[in-house]
Amino acid sequence: MANDPIHQFQIARWIPIDVGGIDLSFTNSSAFMVATVAVASAFLYLTSSNRGLIPTRLQSVSEMAYEFVASTLRDSAGTAGMKFFPFVFSLFMFVLVANMLGMFPYFYTITSQIIVTFALAILVIGTVLVYGFAKHGFKFLGVFVPSGVPAPLLLLVVPIEIISFLSRPISLSVRLFANMLAGHITLKVFAGFVVSLGSLGAVGIGGAILPLAMTVALTGLEFLVAFLQAYVFTVLTCMYLNDAVHPGGH
Amino acid sequence: MFVSSAQAASTTAQNETPAHAETAATGAAPDAHGTATHSETGVAHKSVFPPFDSSHFASQLLWLALTFAFFYLFLSRVVLPRIGGIIETRRDRIATDLDQAARMKQESDEALAAYEQELAEAKQKAGSIAQKARDESKAKADAETAEISAALEKKLADAEASIASIKDKAMAGVGAIAEETATEIVKKIIGGTVDKASVSAAVKAVRG
Repeated sequence: MANDPIHQFQIARWIPIDVGGIDLSFTNSSAFMVATVAVASAFLYLTSSNRGLIPTRLQSVSEMAYEFVASTLRDSAGTAGMKFFPFVFSLFMFVLVANMLGMFPYFYTITSQIIVTFALAILVIGTVLVYGFAKHGFKFLGVFVPSGVPAPLLLLVVPIEIISFLSRPISLSVRLFANMLAGHITLKVFAGFVVSLGSLGAVGIGGAILPLAMTVALTGLEFLVAFLQAYVFTVLTCMYLNDAVHPGGH
Repeated sequence: MFVSSAQAASTTAQNETPAHAETAATGAAPDAHGTATHSETGVAHKSVFPPFDSSHFASQLLWLALTFAFFYLFLSRVVLPRIGGIIETRRDRIATDLDQAARMKQESDEALAAYEQELAEAKQKAGSIAQKARDESKAKADAETAEISAALEKKLADAEASIASIKDKAMAGVGAIAEETATEIVKKIIGGTVDKASVSAAVKAVRG
């Protein structure tokens, strides 16, 4: 069990809730969603409570996150895209804190659940579709017609654009899910080697140094991946929102 | 990851044989797998890779929706306006400070220019005062020189005049002396009296 790399993704019902045959239990995954929101909210709320003109270290972390997301969104979607700033910032902080919490041993990584990342991706694409059609009506379909392409080629390009648009929620969710899942499995496998080899006696302990070093290195890499995937998710969200704000603008 | 030992036992059981799992799950999971329905579901999905286990999708979605909706509302209502306000205030403050610094620099530049202008004026004034003093003293010296030279010339002229008058007097005396001398000479030579008029005529003729 200790060496089963899949075990860490098991969902455990903490408070069983059953509504009309649908299982809505409060699970360990739910608990870490709550923890993610609590940690992120508390951090942002408490660090900004002094409203210091000269920021403390933690306040400047919050401000950096704010300005980082703001500049990412402004670069991709322009000033008109800034109305989505609370949404994009929430997504970034949620994914980042969820990924980072997942790095603690024995903590549950909610972004390693395909349904969670898929729901977030659908939320993004849903926002793009709803806002795009509400704001631009049928002109929003211009997003499938790249400008400056000769008419005969459009027959080929438009279906490709539609397929690429439809695959966005899949690629967006699978990228985050697969990165977190694979990273955590790899970590677990290498850490498991340390334990198995260590139980073999002196030679085994000597041999366990290699997977131990690998585990340390992978932990660093996983922290990078945790941040990077939150960033990639945010950047892609900004680019998709740009389509909603400026359809046919690419 | 798991948190309770009972949970651990039940999840381990799920990875083993169905029969064994069923007994283990029902026997060792009084908390989470308390109801029969739940333990049966857990066993039914035992071989499913956990992230793809659709029996948990509804609960995942519900709790994600609840937590994320709260997170979004909290951030957009409370946190983001606050952080945005902090950054905005700071930007305004920096802008006003920069403006003030620029204004102060301009003021100091103006003060410097005024000082330099005053300095130049004072220099010019000092120069003109010195020039005036020089001119005045020169004029005074010239006047004194002129006065002295005039006095000297007057003295010279007076001296010359007195010399001339003395000379004239002397020259006037010469005629009388010559007449007298001539009369005496003529008296001695000829004897008798000599006509005074003729003697003086003769002297006059000689003196031309």
